[in-house]
Order: sequence, then structure tokens, then C-alpha cells
Amino acid sequence: MAAVGDPTRPKAAPWLLSGPALVLFVALLLVPLLMTFVLSFNSFGFYTGIEPTFGLHNYLDVLGDEYFHEIFARTFGIALVTTLLCAAIGTPEAYFLYRMRGRWRSAVLLVVLGPLLISVVVRTLGWAILLGNRGVINTALIDLELITRPIKMMYTTGGIVIALVHVMVPFMVIAVWAALHRQDPATEQAAESLGAGPITIFFRVVLPQAMPGVLSGSLIVFSLSASAFATPAILGGRRVKVVSTTVYDEFLSTLNWPLGAAIAMLLLVAVLLVMASYNRLVERRFAQVFG
Amino acid sequence: MTRNGPFALLFSTLFVIFMVAPLVVVVGVSLTPEGFLEFPPSGLSLRWFQAILDNPDFIDAAWISLYLGFASATLATVLAVPAALAIGRRRFGGRDFLLALFMSPLTVPTIVLGIAFLRFLTAVGLSGTFLGLTLCHAVIITPFILRLVLASVTGLDRTIERAAESLGASSLTVFRRVTLPMIMPGVVGGWVLAFITSFDELTVTVFIVNPSTTTLPVRLFAHITQTTDPLVASISTVVILFTVALMFLIERLYGLDRLLVGESGR
Repeated sequence: MAAVGDPTRPKAAPWLLSGPALVLFVALLLVPLLMTFVLSFNSFGFYTGIEPTFGLHNYLDVLGDEYFHEIFARTFGIALVTTLLCAAIGTPEAYFLYRMRGRWRSAVLLVVLGPLLISVVVRTLGWAILLGNRGVINTALIDLELITRPIKMMYTTGGIVIALVHVMVPFMVIAVWAALHRQDPATEQAAESLGAGPITIFFRVVLPQAMPGVLSGSLIVFSLSASAFATPAILGGRRVKVVSTTVYDEFLSTLNWPLGAAIAMLLLVAVLLVMASYNRLVERRFAQVFG
Repeated sequence: MTRNGPFALLFSTLFVIFMVAPLVVVVGVSLTPEGFLEFPPSGLSLRWFQAILDNPDFIDAAWISLYLGFASATLATVLAVPAALAIGRRRFGGRDFLLALFMSPLTVPTIVLGIAFLRFLTAVGLSGTFLGLTLCHAVIITPFILRLVLASVTGLDRTIERAAESLGASSLTVFRRVTLPMIMPGVVGGWVLAFITSFDELTVTVFIVNPSTTTLPVRLFAHITQTTDPLVASISTVVILFTVALMFLIERLYGLDRLLVGESGR
């Protein structure tokens, strides 16, 4: 790039250009996160409110309580199953989409990506109408006399997973699709000319090349699912709590902000740890393949 | 390249049904003439759309969401464009730090951002204010604009700008008359994506609104967690139609796949 070391341009210019955004991000991101971190060490009394003490008791409370263990386990369980399902249906769909042409491709792409822009509250409302005890699916199954009593899907982890897959699968399709565009189409033709069937081509030629996309898509889906709020709040309510809805209740119902902040910090640390170790794992794997 | 076989078509059809099903039932339920949720509707009626007009709470919330989307997307664009110019075409110490900082709202769980904003806004006395909401939304949506503007800045041909400079244009004129028009698709695409993201935002907003600044998603969310009636379905239908209209606008202006997938998707 020619601009590097351009003597006519002052050194401070990049910082001046980024300055306004930097001020906003320091004041409204770094400072608030730091304040929340400090808050998580404070204590709370029902009559006194937040007290400026400093200790690990909130963390010890969360880490030592089976109630919170269950919530964390449920949250990461939901996130894991959602990720696996998104990979299982998003990867083939991205491949089929990659092979579509013209108007078909535009139409399917619009349907697959469009929901990303529609409010999660609206999409989850759709699932609440579909999954309820007297919802669309149960009513249809009873009318068809396939079942006699409604299957319970609202306020279950299964219902949350179905709706989360719907919310998250576009991210998987995007990631895999981008990876497929980086592969060489000639490899597929070569496999075909050597007599490989479509299933063999998909699993032996396409999938290995799409794998970086599947892996990066999985990471996005997992971290977003682990911290999803609207979907578990509407479909799980108070009965099936996850970490984010627990934080919400601590902040807006119980008003125990320090405990809520500690739970949120643990979620942040857990998500960052998963991301970091996943990246290392993936890098090592690919170092073995390409190294 | 071989064509998709029958299995691929069947799979794609089921996938498309899965993707549109929740939206179709919302629209279907909103058209019911009855006072309860039913699908398919037993008749067609705009009764529940009429009912929106009798609920000023929701209309006020919709206006706040629109104002908030405009204000925060515009603020974030004004801040992100110069930052993208610096990060995209200069090599300087701290560049990686700035990029990581500006993209970090995508990595930090939204619920954590929500309580951090609440904590901060309460401390400085801005909790529940429109200004507080605008600043917080600007932080969350900056990464979306930055990514798109960066993509258009990095591919830019510098010779035209040099020509303008050599002819005596000031750096402000060069930016306004040469650079900005060339990166305009990225800026507009980023603004629209940021607007939609702000308009839809729930997880952060739910912590920092007060009754007079409640946004549409927060109002809908509060209503749905209490009860689901055809009214929320008709309001949601309006939201769906509004978003679809914006989607077509994006498709014409910038390309939906380019906006959401990036350059590699083409």
C-alpha cells in the first residue's frame, strides 16, 4: 500500500480520525464493563441495597450452588445441541444453495438470510404460536388423529432448541457458503469424472473443504446461543431458566445487582474461554492437515 | 458443476418451510376475525390491525424505535466512517487494538452489555433517557457499519484521490467529493443494517428503557411474556412487512448477500 510511511501525512491522523469513536467506546463500553466487573464483588442487602464491600462471595455463591450449576449446564447444553443441529442442516443447505443458479438462488437466499433481519421477538412469537399446547402443531396432529394428548413443547428445552436453531441457522449457512466459494469447483468435477457418486463427493470432497466454514459458523452459533435472551425468555419463561434470563431476573426482579453481575461475568468468561480453546483446537487441527 | 438432485430439492423445500413457518403463522393469526389465536384463520378480517390504532402504547413505542434507529445509526455512521478510513488504509501502532475494540460488541454476550449499560447509565443519571439509549445502541451497531465501510475502503483506488490532491483540493474536499462517493454503497448499506439492528434490539434495550422510552421490541416482549393474543400478531405482521420492505431496498441498493455474507459471497 502506497500510503505506508507517506511523509506528507501526519502520524497523529489515524488517531484523530478514530478519536470520536474511541471516546464513545471507552466511555460507553470499557468503563461500563469495568464498573460491572467491580459491581460483581460488591454485596447486597435487602434493606441496604448495594454495599461497596469487596469480596468473592457472589462468585462463591454461584459456583457452590447446585441451582446455578443446573442453569449453566442447561444453557451450555442448549447451545451445544443447537450448534450441532445448525451444522447438520445448515451445511447441506449451504451446499445446495451454492449449486443453485439465477432466480432460484436469489429467492432461497432471501428466505434463508431474510429472517436474520426480522426481530427475534417476532420470530419467537411465531414459534410460541406453533409450539403451544393448543398451538398449530399440536392441533394439526390431534386433528390428524396421530396423537390424543398434546405434546408439551412450550416451556421445554426442546422447544427452545427448535426456535434457537431457526434463529441461528442463517449464520451457519453464511459461514459455510463463504467457505464453499473459496473452494475450487474443479475438485468436484475431478471426483465425478473418476466415478464418485454425489454422496461420496459431498462427504469426501466438499465437506472437508467446507470444514473451516462449519467450524467458524459453529463458534458463532454456540456463543450467540449461550447468551441468547429473547427466545429462552419467551419459550422457557421462569420454568426453564438459562443464564441470561437468570441475570435478567436478578437485575429487574430481585434487584440483587451484584449477584447478577457475577453470573454475567461468569457467562462472559465461559464464552471467551470456549472461543479461545476452540480457536486453539481448530488451529492445531489445521496445522496438522496443512503443516 | 452438477445440478441439484431430487434429494437436494426436497431438503431445500423442507428447509424453506422451516424458515418461513413461524412468520407465516404470525401473519395468518393476525388476520383472524376471532378474539383468540387460531391458525389457519376461520375468516379474513383486519380487525386486529384496526385494534393497533386503539393502543397508543404500541404506536408510541414504534415511533421511539424509529427515532432511536435513525439517531443511533446516524451517530454510529459518523463515528465509524473516519475510523474505517484510518484502520482500512493506514498502518499505525494500536491499529489492531482499535479494530478489536470496535468489533468487540459482537463478541461480548449481549446480556453482559445490557447490565453494563444499565450500571453505567444509572451512575451518570442517564438511565431511561433517549440520549442514553442512542449512545448505547451506537456502540452495539458500530461493528456492522465498520465492517461494511472497511470492505469498501480497502478495495479503493488511491490514484483518483491523488489526482484531486495534486490539482489543489483540500483534504476535506477530497473526502467529500472523491472518497465519500466511492465508498457510499458501503456507508448506506452499513447505515441500513445498523438501523435494522437498532430497531430490532431487545436484550440490551430491555435493561435501559423506562416507561416513557420503551421501544417496540421491549413493549412486544413484555406483552408476549404475559399473554399472546392476535394483537401482538398484527403488530408483528406490521414489523415483518416493514422489515421486508427494507430488505428489498437493501437488495436494490447493495445486495442482501453482499450485506450479510460479505464480498466472498459473490
